[in-house]
Amino acid sequence: MQKENKKNILKVEDLVVAFSMYGKGFRKGKLEVIHSLSIDVNEGEIVAVVGSSGSGKSLLAHAVLNLLPKNARTSGTITYKGEPLDEKACRKHLGHEISFIPQSVDYLDPLMKVDKQVIGVYGTKEKQKEMFCRYQLPEETGSKYPFQLSGGMARRVLISAAVMENPELIIADELTPGLNVEMAMETLKHFRELADQGTAVLMITHDIDLAFHVADRIAVFYAGTILEVAPTADFIAGKDALRHPYSKAFIDALPQNEFTPLPGTQPYAGNLPEGCLFADRCPNRTEECSGEIPKQIVRGGEVRCIHAT
Amino acid sequence: MLLKADHISFRYTEKLPWILKDISLEFREGERTAIVAPSGYGKSTLAKILAGYEKASDGQVLLDGKPLPERGFCPVQMVYQHPELAVNPRWKMEKILKECWEPDQELLDRMGIEKSWLTRWPSELSGGELQRFCIARILSPETRFLICDEITTMLDVITQAQIWKLLLEISEKRNLGMLVITHNMALAKRVCTRIINLQEMQTAGRKS
Repeated sequence: MQKENKKNILKVEDLVVAFSMYGKGFRKGKLEVIHSLSIDVNEGEIVAVVGSSGSGKSLLAHAVLNLLPKNARTSGTITYKGEPLDEKACRKHLGHEISFIPQSVDYLDPLMKVDKQVIGVYGTKEKQKEMFCRYQLPEETGSKYPFQLSGGMARRVLISAAVMENPELIIADELTPGLNVEMAMETLKHFRELADQGTAVLMITHDIDLAFHVADRIAVFYAGTILEVAPTADFIAGKDALRHPYSKAFIDALPQNEFTPLPGTQPYAGNLPEGCLFADRCPNRTEECSGEIPKQIVRGGEVRCIHAT
Repeated sequence: MLLKADHISFRYTEKLPWILKDISLEFREGERTAIVAPSGYGKSTLAKILAGYEKASDGQVLLDGKPLPERGFCPVQMVYQHPELAVNPRWKMEKILKECWEPDQELLDRMGIEKSWLTRWPSELSGGELQRFCIARILSPETRFLICDEITTMLDVITQAQIWKLLLEISEKRNLGMLVITHNMALAKRVCTRIINLQEMQTAGRKS
């Protein structure tokens, strides 16, 4: 496999994110929302991150980019091309080599016309026109204000802004909501092209069926940790090729498949069970599940489940 | 009850092009309609007009032959595409949830709303968590029509399936009319009883 020779772009190791917040009275408590999470993205690779909402997918993106609020405490290491990605490095690379597509469309400045926002500090008018053309935004979109855009148009404006500068790492928090299927596929194809030219992409998404078409690997998040990282081919092959019961339930819940929801909800970050975080919803639970669950390699994919086969 | 869009047209100002032109539609109770079209074709604008958040430049919305009530509770309720913009950032979640009615504990459990979220600020919850509040707060018994503008795109597929199952159950029990805007055809086919393509309607309208 060629993969080993590829340069590592982003590496996150043992990341822990906790928020300090006030409990009763003036007592300060800590709420740990991401626990010992490791993920890496190599040159020319698209890693899709899927998982339950509120499992810390966006927090991972914000932690990498140093955008967390002041009351967040992080530990663990985040490196970009082998160098630690601290506040100074972030300031240097953000907008140049690293670009970010936020989940929420209210990251657009409401009082600024969108062409100015897309061009930003380093872009050019030509490139902006090219991108608008590529994303089928009409010419006059540039002179509109964000409130005049539809959800899908705002999303495409955010994407155009992120690809202005041929970035080496793109962190995309939800590329596709608001876009119709053809447009979403077109966008993903563009990202595949960028990746084939060497860009590393960390793509957070809920449209798992669309991610199938472009991603190289898919990581499944649950309650602030990664349960499984597997090659995309395993997800396409169906639930029997997957290792973790939660990933299997994911495939079952798709509207084009069974559309059967798994009962129960994700445990609250302040009240996590011992051992396996998924145990209370798991059909294969046994006594041992309340112990330590080490990460293991099963059939070429990483999984945190002692019953994985 | 019958919700009727009567020759609706919309544009932001007189200088700008029409977003909606001469749209007439009827929605009945107990009927679930999907509206599909590429982005920028005015799906959300139509939703906002039907729910009374935006005034049509031309034409009117009729509920049982009468215009939507200007005061008091509107029986046509809408869940917005961006939950983070649909909640008051200076209210705590409990106040947001109980703005117009008091949802019972069973509904909160089934929506997967944690008790401890109630004392938090909107900025402390994720998009998917906020959306559950936005859905729960409009399921009051007085609601007759539910307009869902891409309500589950920010949720994972398991929670999506959970929430749709619950919404279908409630809409069937109370005979609610539902209008579902989505880009996911598989979901539209699963959930709805009829599918309307707004793009075709609009182009037909523009030609004639």
